[in-house]
Amino acid sequence: MSDNVGVGVHDQETLETAADDEGGFLSGLRPASGLLPGSGSPEDRKTVSFGDAAAVRSLPLWSLIALIVLAALWWAGTRAWGFPDDFRAATAAAYEQKDPPEALTDAKLLTECRLAGIAATEAGEPAPCNEDAYSQFLSPAAFPTPADTWRGFNTLRTEGFKNITLWEHARTSLTRVGVGMLVGSLVGIPIGFAMGLSSRIRGFFDTPVELLRPIPPLALIPLFILWFGIGNPSAFALLIFASVWIMIISARAGVRDISLSKVRAAYSLGASKRQILFRLIVPNALPELFTGFRVALGVSWGTLVAAELVGTDTGLGSMIFQARNFFRLDVVVVGIIVISIIGVLLDLIVRMLESVLIPWRGKGR
Amino acid sequence: MKDLKVDSVDMVYRLPKGGSVQALQDVSFELDRGRLLTLLGPSGCGKTTLLNILAGFLAPTAGTVLLGDAPITGPGPDRGMVFQQGALFEWLDVRKNISFGPRMQRAPRAETERTVDELLTTVGLQDFGEKRIYELSGGMQQRVALARCLANDPAVILMDEPLGALDALTREKMQGLVLKLWKETGKTIVLVTHSVEEALFLGDKLFVMAPRPGRIEYTYELPFAEIGLDVEPRDLKASPEFIERREEILSLIWEMEEQIMGHDGG
Ligand SMILES: Nc1ncnc2c1ncn2[C@@H]1O[C@H](COP(=O)(O)OP(=O)(O)O)[C@@H](O)[C@H]1O
Ligand SMILES: [Mg+2]
Repeated sequence: MSDNVGVGVHDQETLETAADDEGGFLSGLRPASGLLPGSGSPEDRKTVSFGDAAAVRSLPLWSLIALIVLAALWWAGTRAWGFPDDFRAATAAAYEQKDPPEALTDAKLLTECRLAGIAATEAGEPAPCNEDAYSQFLSPAAFPTPADTWRGFNTLRTEGFKNITLWEHARTSLTRVGVGMLVGSLVGIPIGFAMGLSSRIRGFFDTPVELLRPIPPLALIPLFILWFGIGNPSAFALLIFASVWIMIISARAGVRDISLSKVRAAYSLGASKRQILFRLIVPNALPELFTGFRVALGVSWGTLVAAELVGTDTGLGSMIFQARNFFRLDVVVVGIIVISIIGVLLDLIVRMLESVLIPWRGKGR
Repeated sequence: MKDLKVDSVDMVYRLPKGGSVQALQDVSFELDRGRLLTLLGPSGCGKTTLLNILAGFLAPTAGTVLLGDAPITGPGPDRGMVFQQGALFEWLDVRKNISFGPRMQRAPRAETERTVDELLTTVGLQDFGEKRIYELSGGMQQRVALARCLANDPAVILMDEPLGALDALTREKMQGLVLKLWKETGKTIVLVTHSVEEALFLGDKLFVMAPRPGRIEYTYELPFAEIGLDVEPRDLKASPEFIERREEILSLIWEMEEQIMGHDGG
């Protein structure tokens, strides 16, 4: 057992918390989750379930109820506090004419009025303007209704926003994340493997990896714009930065995960070093690599919106930011929902791949 | 014909925080080809260390180890290893696990497949070749580990508590299998166990080892393994001769354990 002493504990934590299979979203959809209660399986015959972690799973019926509740809250909330109709009309008109509408000027004035008010209060002076004069256009809870959003979605699908369809935005974003993940993996996995296999390489890379890993990619935007210019190169750099450390650490953990007795058994069976690497260490590291890939994909997808701030004009992130400038909150909301759904789908796909490609996951000893 | 020659082997572990542990002191023995040697002793007496030296995973601090006439300098396919937990490769099915050795050495495929078929039958897993390792019980997994080792046709088989993790009934069955394999293949086997009964039943030679420093304290030549296949194992284990030996060795080990307890002050 002393073989296992010193396995990087924090590596495991980082990766496993984010990739806990048991409680994963939609995991309740698996057949084993017992849609039919009282079917007589051992699980259902348990007399004590409170505190038994295995007895708690995500019941699909309740997931559905939650979805309905969210939709109802959205509908009711926006009915009460949504945009006034003339505001909606004004933004739509403005978008066609590419000219800021009166309502938007008012909204801008509202912000200025508010700032001026805050400054005046601090200085102990009376407020220079009356917010109420502007705020008929912008309620603080302004949010597109489900119907607005649906309309926005359909326009985005057919005509697109600024003549680029939703599909093209999504495809651009997916391509960016795909390239980022690919480069991140191609660079990260070999480094991680080398770190797991050689003390010198481990010693050399440990410092930069540990120092760079905690930096949020967002903090690097100013530098990346200076170095790589505005647009795609900066976005790629940001996404690679988001994934590469995770891939390095998961590869390193995967290498260290192998048990000494397996390695010894393989040497005793006449395996060469090369064979130990490719027939033993690589397959043994696959589960850990997959976990890392899943985490990195999630993080990359989350960094995407920020990455696309960097002066790109396609992609879901840039679509959202441009729409914001025109107060097209329906487009913003469609963008957010699409980002969320694609994120969930990506995770589901990787999880499915995982169960097909590495069925032995978690079953070694 | 001598197979293993171990000459005044010392093994000292340096501890990372300073200090050292003498795991083996002046261990010497010779083992003829085709013998089944069992190593018995309280935990910490250096059984695993000795086995690892024979396997070539560890180099002794002093002394020499020869296999035939060649010194052992590292692990090799001439010495197969069976661990307590099979150390099987869970990403491969049973067949691929068994054929791992020949495949690593690029043996002709057809011949390898034939060997695997034979071995699957020998260890009683003829219907389990396509199964994954994690679909098998602990006893079946140890059968795979034995077959994987035999597929390489090693000169010596080293086993470190191979049946230690099995339940009592499975363990008895597996003891029979080990004896059968030993008889059929005529391999030299060194088997570590902490069960006195198992050491007596399987060993045709037995070393009782003592700790601090680890050394061979008593050597026995035993008759039971030779007849173990021809008589009912339970009858053999219940025979007066067997019980007499068992009690004798148990009291030796008790004595050692008590010395250790006294040594530790509780
Ligand atoms: N890698 C190691 N580093 C330091 N001490 C060790 C190491 N392996 C074994 N030892 C020590 O050597 C002695 C013999 O260990 P071992 O060969 O495992 O005994 P056994 O297998 O008979 O229980 C024990 O005191 C143990 O603590
Ligand atoms: Mg041991």
